[in-house]
Amino acid sequence: MSVVQRPKEAYLNVFAYRMAPREEYFTRGHRACQGCGPALGFRHIMKAAGRDTIVVNVTGCMEIISSPYPYTSWAVPWIHVAFENAAAVASGVDAAIKALQRKGRLPKKKINILALAGDGGTADIGLQALSGMLARGHNVTYICYDNEAYMNTGVQGSSATPFGASTTTTPAGRVSFGAGYWKKNVAAIAAAHDIPYVATACPSYPLDLIRKVRRSFELEGPAYIHLFAVCPTGWGIPPELTIRMGRLAVETGIFPLYEVEYGRYKLTIDFPQGLRPVEDYLKLQRRYRHLTPEIVQQIQERVTAEYERLKKMEKVTQE
Amino acid sequence: MAKRTGIEVSIAIAEAARQANVDVVSAYPITPQTHIVEHLAQLVADGDLDAEYITVESEHTAMSACVGASAAGARVFTSTSSQGLALMNEIVYLASSLRTPVIMALANRSLSGPISIWNDHSDVMNERDTGWISIFANNGQEAYDLTLMAFRIGEDRRVMLPVMINFDGFILTHVIEPMYIFDDEEIADFIPPYEPVCVLDTDNPITMGPVGVPDIYTEAKKQQEVAIRESRPVIDEVFEEFARRYGRRYKPVETYKADDAEIVLLAQGSVIEAAEVAVDLLREQGRKVGAVELRLWRPFPFDDLREVLCGNSIKQVVVLDRCISFGGPIGPVLSEVRSALYLEKDRPMVVGVVAGLGGRDIHIEEYMEMFRIGEECLRTGKDAGEEPELVKIVGLRE
Repeated sequence: MSVVQRPKEAYLNVFAYRMAPREEYFTRGHRACQGCGPALGFRHIMKAAGRDTIVVNVTGCMEIISSPYPYTSWAVPWIHVAFENAAAVASGVDAAIKALQRKGRLPKKKINILALAGDGGTADIGLQALSGMLARGHNVTYICYDNEAYMNTGVQGSSATPFGASTTTTPAGRVSFGAGYWKKNVAAIAAAHDIPYVATACPSYPLDLIRKVRRSFELEGPAYIHLFAVCPTGWGIPPELTIRMGRLAVETGIFPLYEVEYGRYKLTIDFPQGLRPVEDYLKLQRRYRHLTPEIVQQIQERVTAEYERLKKMEKVTQE
Repeated sequence: MAKRTGIEVSIAIAEAARQANVDVVSAYPITPQTHIVEHLAQLVADGDLDAEYITVESEHTAMSACVGASAAGARVFTSTSSQGLALMNEIVYLASSLRTPVIMALANRSLSGPISIWNDHSDVMNERDTGWISIFANNGQEAYDLTLMAFRIGEDRRVMLPVMINFDGFILTHVIEPMYIFDDEEIADFIPPYEPVCVLDTDNPITMGPVGVPDIYTEAKKQQEVAIRESRPVIDEVFEEFARRYGRRYKPVETYKADDAEIVLLAQGSVIEAAEVAVDLLREQGRKVGAVELRLWRPFPFDDLREVLCGNSIKQVVVLDRCISFGGPIGPVLSEVRSALYLEKDRPMVVGVVAGLGGRDIHIEEYMEMFRIGEECLRTGKDAGEEPELVKIVGLRE
């Protein structure tokens, strides 16, 4: 399995870290697993968000690994309250800053408010609070780091778990092929709120991720970014394959990278020569190793159709 | 100087939040709290209150947003009832653990099911151990005064704890009462601007709400327990300053004709005023009865209660619970009062009754019945512990 050789990709490979800010606000020393996709994503996100950022982080892997008292990995103000309320707590922070700046009790400078939650905390238990925050129009960027299951509690299935994946609560068995439902499309749900900015991103494409996080803060109003975050522990892959798995997810169309700015869809990384077969992505992971060719075919058809739909959305909305 | 005017109690409570110049209001509508939040929304809409009003999508988010706003340095206010409080329970506990001094007006209402929008105290008793300072008002004036004082108590840098003010749903919320409402200038310097201790500040980053590993969790809880106990002198100070400035004196435990009484009825909230009528009627018959109001619920006023109930003429206490502790010691107030007196040598007997559930009126005859139960207990010398059937629901249709 090789990383694609197209010039654009090679460019990202070589220059990523020189082009990103040097400052670190999500610092090393945390307790994440080797090859943790979310931790890598957080590092880039915080480089993009910068110093004047308040982070609201819900219960989950990233909260646990980054804040075991008395240690912290956070060089910005950071708060954790509970599991399902990143958007709710961030709404309160936003309201407080608006009121205090208006009343002259806080200096009038731009403060980025960043809500961070996993796929369980977003697609399942936190969906209502997310919808409320987006609908009310708070000045918050909400980033869901999606590792496609409840990894913190031991790889239980969430509604963001993909079709066919074996988790500890959607296990493959003698009469089951794993998760029997299709992954919930939270980015589409966010876009349906007609908010200024929605994007998908992946730490395997760091400059794309950094640009999207910055863009989300440039625009006034709520933003939602869905971060594809590879979990070697939960997916059953060697930790050194994290970056490659993220790229394969994008190259196969399993996780397309796009943004929706004021309703206009744009694929930010496209593959004019066509997508790789999903099998290239699936076959490397323990959670998919039980899949029959028929199930793989079903997934391929769904992925192709979804990608085509996205291309159509791009065409229709860019006109 | 404050004039005495007729005003709906809910409106007065909202006015108290305006006079405290709150920065953020985050609330979700629920009967019978609605008039409070509607009035606050109108105040914001008219520019009479410079605050952000967050129209949240649930009570869970209402309290979450309060915690977030408080952590960011704002003075915050919310209000709820019943199911709303039950839904926000998880974050109610976190608000005190994170030491965010959220002020909550709680229009007490029964918990479902069956669904009931009417008054009792099952909602607040469910939150008994959440680490909030909890105070009961027995009329509209008290609800207004205590809401104002709640900001002073909770936000005091020696306290930094959330405060809930309890007042009976409908019985108080929807009643127009003659009340002294302060002129804004009169109350302004009683409530100085909020100065948070720990705040989400980009110039001084802190980590709030970290993981409490077994090595530290116990100590964190101990600190919280010390904090709420040490809030008591501050509560006394604020009550005292309020009395000095405005002439209305509040005590953690109030008494009515208890000085030479043999039997007292102990209760919380608006029922105490009706109980006083029953006391007067029985006094006319020459019976030595009185009433005790347990105004401060958390921190529990152990010493005040012992001073009122022990080593004097009182031989029998009848505790009126507005909530059932299913399968347990009848009601939470009964078990706490009993527990507080347990080690006293010269203590009265304590018997419990439950009444006024889900908005059921308690009539004067029923207060009489409660005193009769007390007399019976006193006469036979049988404590409810020996004969649990003595503890009963007064006003139950059989």
